[in-house]
This record gives sequence, C-alpha cells and structure tokens, in this order.
Amino acid sequence: MIPGHFEYHRPTDVASALGILATHGDEARALAGGHSLIPMMKLRMAAVGHLVDLQAIPELRGIEVGPGRIRIGAMVTQADIIAHAGLTAAAPILAETALMIADPQVRNMGTIGGNVANGDPGNDMPALMQCLDASFELRGPEGARTVKARAFYESAYVTARSDDELLTAVSFAPTGGGYAYEKQKRKVGDYATAAAAVILTRAGATCASASIAMTNLADTPVWAEAAGAALVGTPVDAAAIKAAVAAMRAAISPTGDNRGPVAFKHHVAGAVLGHAIARAWSRA
Amino acid sequence: MSKMHLKMTVNGAEVETLAEPRELLIHVLRERLNLTGPHIGCDTSHCGACTVDMNGKSVKACTVVAAQANGASITTIEGLGTPDALHVLQRMFREHHGLQCGFCTPGMITRAWRLLQENPNPTEEEVRFGMSGNLCRCTGYQNIVKSILAAAAEMNAVKEAAE
Repeated sequence: MIPGHFEYHRPTDVASALGILATHGDEARALAGGHSLIPMMKLRMAAVGHLVDLQAIPELRGIEVGPGRIRIGAMVTQADIIAHAGLTAAAPILAETALMIADPQVRNMGTIGGNVANGDPGNDMPALMQCLDASFELRGPEGARTVKARAFYESAYVTARSDDELLTAVSFAPTGGGYAYEKQKRKVGDYATAAAAVILTRAGATCASASIAMTNLADTPVWAEAAGAALVGTPVDAAAIKAAVAAMRAAISPTGDNRGPVAFKHHVAGAVLGHAIARAWSRA
Repeated sequence: MSKMHLKMTVNGAEVETLAEPRELLIHVLRERLNLTGPHIGCDTSHCGACTVDMNGKSVKACTVVAAQANGASITTIEGLGTPDALHVLQRMFREHHGLQCGFCTPGMITRAWRLLQENPNPTEEEVRFGMSGNLCRCTGYQNIVKSILAAAAEMNAVKEAAE
C-alpha cells in the first residue's frame, strides 16, 4: 500500500507552516509522527494534496517543567515523554500512559500533539489531558489561542481546532497525590477496549479531590466529573469506588465493535476504573 | 508526479537517489538501494519486520514516507554484520535458534541492536517489553529472548575485558 500523490513541505518555523496551511486550505494536512495519518493515506482513506511535515520546527519540541506549569511541545514523542526524568517526577501519570501506547517503534515516532489533535477516540492522551485539566495552545492566521482539553473534543475526529490552525503545545499543572492510568487492550499495539485516567489527593483518611477521565468509551474522551466527585470526602472504600463506577457508567456511551458488545464495554470500563482508583489511592 | 532528490546516510555511507515523496522508506531501501534485509510483513506498522534505525531510533519503515527520511541517518541489518563477520546478535540468534523461518529476523535483530544500546543489561522482562513491536509467528519468542540476553552478556563481557 502506497499513499496517493502529495506535495511535500518541511517548514522550519510555525509561521511558515501556517502559511502553507492557509495557501492550500483543506488540501493540506499537518504531519507529526505520521503513525495515524500515513496508515490512513496508505489505505487511501485520507487524500492529502499537500503534506506539511512538522519535524524540522524546533519551537514545537521541548518539555518545560516549571514550578506551577508543565508545557510539552506538540512534536515531543511518546518516547521523549517516557525518557524525561523531570516530567516523570512532576507528573508521573504521563509516562505511565505513554508506556501503554502502541510499541517502542511507534512511540519513537508518535507525538503528543498528534495524539491529542487527531481527535481519534481510541487515543489515550486526550482522556489523560482531560483528567489533568490541560490546556491546548493553538496557532492560526488570527494568532494564538488556548482551548481547554475538556472543551476541545466535539465528536470523533472533530475538534475545536480549525483546518488552518496548528496545535503547538499542551500544558497543565504538576500533579500531587495519587495517579493511575489503567488500560485494557487485546494485545500490544491495540487501542483500548476501555481505559481510565485517575488523579486524586488525600487529606488524612479521606479523598480531598479526584479527577477521572475515560478512553474509547464514546466518540470523544469522557471526563466523568460526577465519578470524581463520588470519591471526594470518602475513605475510597468499596462503596465509594462502586459509586464512582456507577457515575462513570452514566457518562459513557460505548458502541459495540470488534472489541466487544456494549455490555462488555461497560463491564471492562468498570473494571479498569476500579483498578485505577485503587492504584491511585495506594499512591496518594 | 515529480520525484525528489533524496540524500541519506545509509549504513554509514552517503547515498543519493530519486524517489517520489510518497514512496515508503521500506520501498526506497529495498527497491532503490537494493537493501532487501528489512522485510515487508504486515505493511500496517504492527509486525516490525521492516524495522530499521533512523536517527538513532528504531522505526517501522513501512510507516515513514520517503520525503520524511530525507537527510536522515539509517541503519539496516546490512549495516550490522556481514556473512564473514556476523554481529554478536546474529551469532547468538544462530546459536540459540532464535529463528525458524527467518522472515522476522532482520527486524528483530535491528530492533534488539538498538534496545541493547538503550539498555545494555536488560532483564528478560525488559527484553520482552522492548521487543513488543516485533512479531514472530514461528518461535514463540522463547529463543529470541534467549538470543538477545546471550548477546547482551557477551557484549558486556567484551566491554568489561576492554576496561
């Protein structure tokens, strides 16, 4: 399988990339790691007239770990995230999640920007970004703007980013307390049957705050606000976990597919969330 | 459609070739540069038979378009050893029966070569995790893991002896 014809561009700064996108409109697509787009081009399910490769733009790289804010450039790869000790110290759930994406070769190419911007409900980083209450930086012909991860996803592959904009970075606050990303998949490299991102904090014997988001259980990632709220003020015992799972199940809308029927998705979603909460609490 | 002039460093040598930007790196290597060591298995970035090293990282050459690789430094199985002077990984795959049909082997060894640079002293579990992007449908992996661990041990012994 070989992609259809395209003209190749390799701009060296964001302004030039935006210029190419503006000139060619919906004929043009930005290429990050390419491990979602190139397979679609090979299958001829994506027709791209102008491929704008972002690999040579230094301003899209780099991980900045500040005291109050962590910022990750769009072209940072999953392998970069896993290898970054400072990031893992400040927000260990990033590496825990990245390690569950695909396999080593794919993680060497796949980027955080591509993962969150593509809008594929199977991708893992969007739910994590919602769990973290991250912000996405977008740049377009009108300038820069910021969109919250929780407001970015509209439906499968449809996001708040317009065709002439680039997602340039993600940012979020360092995490304290407990965390877990739990993913059920059929095999290495598969998308999640269901996955759960959990961040929580402890005050004495009870949970002080909790944020929960789910992967591949609707046509967008699902930030289950009520599920997090169900844990707050509790000792995170079996009853609290059961309540959180029930609240999460009310927020998801999985469809039956080759990973199983709807009832099975609900079952697996409950199982991964239960495990994730227990692991996060044990780390809090 | 017009071809582009591709310049790459392949197995240490500067090479130039003409290719359409949409050609896959695996096709450029196999069909334009006659490096038929890396194989095309699944052609969908799952099996890892096409694994090569690009700019110091293992990648699946079926999911890189030629234009992306322009300017890159590539290492294939041909760059690791020769029939007369096998790389220690190649020797250990032979000694420990790390292959049966051999189709996945170039990708396995090229990936293992990079893995042992990233982690020169891996545990069995780390080998399995680090090799999880390479599929073998014959061996059941047992002897592949054994071969890689044996290669790591020998490479470390040689390194220690040199120090």
